[in-house]
Amino acid sequence: MASALPTARNGLFATIGAEIRSWSPTLKIGTAIMGIILFGAVFAPWVAPYDPYFQNFAATLQPPGPAHLFGTDNLGRDIFSRVLYGARIDLQIGLITTYVPMSYGMLLGAYSGYIGGRVDAVVMRILDTAMAFPFLVLIIVILAILGPGVQNIYISVFLVAWTMYARLARAEMMVERTKDYITAARVLGFPTNRIILRHGLPNVINSSIVFSMSDFVLNILLVSGLSFLGLGIQPPIPEWGAMISEGKDFILQAWWISTMPGFVVVLTGTALSLIGDGLAQRLGERHHTLV
Amino acid sequence: MTSLRYVLERLLHALPVLLGVTIFVFFAIQLVPGDPIRIMMHGRISDQEVQAIYERLGMNRPLLIQYVDFLRKAATGDLGTSIIQNAPVTTLILEKFWPSIWLLASGAVISVLLALPLASISAFYRNRWADHLIRVAGMVGFAMPPFWIGLLLILGFGLWLGWFPIAGYGQDTAGHLHHMFLPGLTIALFLAPILVQSLRTSMLDVLAADYIEVARAKGLSEWRILLKHVLRNAAIPAITVLAVNIGWLVSGAVIVEYVFSLPGMGSLLVRSVGFRDYPVIQGLSLVFAVIVIVVNLLADLSYMLVDRRVLKA
Repeated sequence: MASALPTARNGLFATIGAEIRSWSPTLKIGTAIMGIILFGAVFAPWVAPYDPYFQNFAATLQPPGPAHLFGTDNLGRDIFSRVLYGARIDLQIGLITTYVPMSYGMLLGAYSGYIGGRVDAVVMRILDTAMAFPFLVLIIVILAILGPGVQNIYISVFLVAWTMYARLARAEMMVERTKDYITAARVLGFPTNRIILRHGLPNVINSSIVFSMSDFVLNILLVSGLSFLGLGIQPPIPEWGAMISEGKDFILQAWWISTMPGFVVVLTGTALSLIGDGLAQRLGERHHTLV
Repeated sequence: MTSLRYVLERLLHALPVLLGVTIFVFFAIQLVPGDPIRIMMHGRISDQEVQAIYERLGMNRPLLIQYVDFLRKAATGDLGTSIIQNAPVTTLILEKFWPSIWLLASGAVISVLLALPLASISAFYRNRWADHLIRVAGMVGFAMPPFWIGLLLILGFGLWLGWFPIAGYGQDTAGHLHHMFLPGLTIALFLAPILVQSLRTSMLDVLAADYIEVARAKGLSEWRILLKHVLRNAAIPAITVLAVNIGWLVSGAVIVEYVFSLPGMGSLLVRSVGFRDYPVIQGLSLVFAVIVIVVNLLADLSYMLVDRRVLKA
């Protein structure tokens, strides 16, 4: 395709344009939705019509309308503004809890799969044990030991979430290590670290990137779920799960308090899954998303 | 004889995992910063009383001896004593065991009932609009927080329409089924999309096999091929997928129990975390892990019945 070849004159923009044109519809739509949500999160102080903590007792339990897009809660706080500020918290925690464990999980899996032998056996036993626990149960148990709060959510997820990436990278690396280019690198006398990091890793990273989109969704659900249970972000901080929890006592009088933040979670999660689906096609990696 | 070896092999494979689980469960509690007894009592306890509790629980002995003791007792069903409720942990967990099992079963059954037809349609009309629609609907279902959709189901079907009870567990089997429908559906909305995705993939793999070509050459209709040949051969992946995702099923159940006020192990876990009742937390995490291990073991063994070929591998 001629348009895909960038010319010297408009190199960068043509490359980006051609890249975006090659995306599947799911990747385009997902990226667009995520872009809007990210914009709202980053520019929340300018986009949000109200202060997320401002309690207007003259306007409690207002249904969604022109003055309050998503309505107000029992303390008269504007839910739309709170959802926007909540996006900052949930997306930030989601990003960190997804990509920090991914980085070392992938490394450990790649090394374990390449080296094999006793190292691999030990890593596999740890993986099997960690995976025997239901994810949420393990996180709750660790939080019970450390106490609730954001910092401890990070610690508990860092302790557990790398296992899925390690398993993925290990399985892929065991296939890669038998291929000719790795043998060639070994024959050339390259050190093991170089073979794993420079030759192997670039070929096993795609599956983890694709899976990370599903994991991102799960982590947003995890953080909001923990906050809903009272183990995560504490009110009055506008976190999506905490907001849903706050609204559940008013569900009959004011359905919107719980419903609206939930819609935004669903929108964010769907957008991330669409991106994951598109990335899988783009990178030629099927079967690595959860949905 | 090969089947006996297969069974033994699977059992031997589960043993180190079980051991790892007990090691984690036992030593995690030792990592509690500070003194667990003092934390549990919020510091309102004298030194002598702390010493007395340690003495009574045998917590002043070397860790390794405590661990062996923990193993020995756990093997006989003794998981210690709840410090808050002053009752055996095993009794407390047994009271909550069956509501959780009912919920897990109902979640699994509804998920499979939703996933099988949807995956068949998705595979049959692959890359057409029906497939895309199911895929996107799955993404939406997967993104729905279980506690949120649970609340909305309570609001819609429980409070407005009044079709289903919104809390509790019911008295008899019919009552259990009635009570477990909405919680089970809540789990299924999250779990079914995962199953649909994997089943669709394995059905497409089966559809590419030679014997499907033969069936087509015989002039069988596509639907007949799908129902008679593909669905049956996709049974193994279906079992695997359900077993692999049992962790998600249990995770979902913990939150769903809390939302629907079901008297199950998940609610007990959340409540015990609030009270910092460590023996109960310890016992529950062990039971949850054992459930996952047993389900995976059963899945391994059920391949043997569905497909004799695994015996040769």
